[in-house]
Amino acid sequence: MDSVRYDVERRGHRVPIALKILIAGGFGAGKTTLVSALSEVQPLQTEEILTGAGIDTDDLSGVETKSTTTVAMDFGRITINEDLQLYLFGTPGQDRFWFLWDELAFGALGAVVLADTRRLADCFPSIDYFEQRGIPFVVGVNCFDGSRRFSLGAVRRALDLDPDVPMVLCDARDRQSGKAVLISLVEHVARQRGEPVPAA
Amino acid sequence: MRTDLPGHQHEWLDDDAGPVVRPYTLTGGRVRPDADGFDLVAYVLARPDPNLAAFPELHPEHRLLVELAGRGTPLVELAAGLDLAIGVVRVLLGDLLSRGLVSVHQPPRATYLPDNDILKAVVDGLRAL
Repeated sequence: MDSVRYDVERRGHRVPIALKILIAGGFGAGKTTLVSALSEVQPLQTEEILTGAGIDTDDLSGVETKSTTTVAMDFGRITINEDLQLYLFGTPGQDRFWFLWDELAFGALGAVVLADTRRLADCFPSIDYFEQRGIPFVVGVNCFDGSRRFSLGAVRRALDLDPDVPMVLCDARDRQSGKAVLISLVEHVARQRGEPVPAA
Repeated sequence: MRTDLPGHQHEWLDDDAGPVVRPYTLTGGRVRPDADGFDLVAYVLARPDPNLAAFPELHPEHRLLVELAGRGTPLVELAAGLDLAIGVVRVLLGDLLSRGLVSVHQPPRATYLPDNDILKAVVDGLRAL
């Protein structure tokens, strides 16, 4: 099977590297907004089919004859150069879609967890998920208009974050702000790998 | 045969869920591709000058996939482009792969990036945006 999956590179056509970054957080935390602000194209939408895997087991028997439902996912793209692209995936919000998170997270570079200080607890499941799986993440504290400003220290304590997990204030609508969040994620990943990226 | 027939109330069928569909009609009821596990961002590349006429059994969607993959396209973009669910596209790609019409290149897992300079290139690229 692997010989099929890892096909030889076609002569004259370099296969670009695509890196996945997950954008997670509670409902209304600004996931889709951040993907829109960062993507070089209008965010695209795709859907995955909800199978038995989302309910109890991997048993798909019978699913082909059954009606089922789909889960929509937003994604965006950032082309770094002709050999390197980032794909940003907004994670579906509901707990019953964890099976989709596993698919999104497999092989991913890392994740951004957007926190809304009005509903901090909403991002706990995302943080738990990435902590348990050892997936590097940063927390972006989305500063909505009119939302009460907390100190980053207070938010960090409330989230019970490990000291090495970066926290960044951001505005999910703003491209520069979103870029800063992604940069802090990639720098965090590089530090974890023991190959820190030099400061600009 | 399961007893939870269509129409039976599922707890996962509510307003948050998408429309109820029969997505695997197009694949003739197959839910597993011949080669399982294509990543969302697996890079799909059609063979040069694919001889589609030799495969009359293929659906129009197969042909569209080959066309879209002519320039090399990640799976998730193919699914969005064809407005088909990812699971369906995986099955169709399995058909194309087994006929030698496309190649599918799995992305490296980020934990095993082939090149240490990639992260630096990402940061530099983001700073330059």
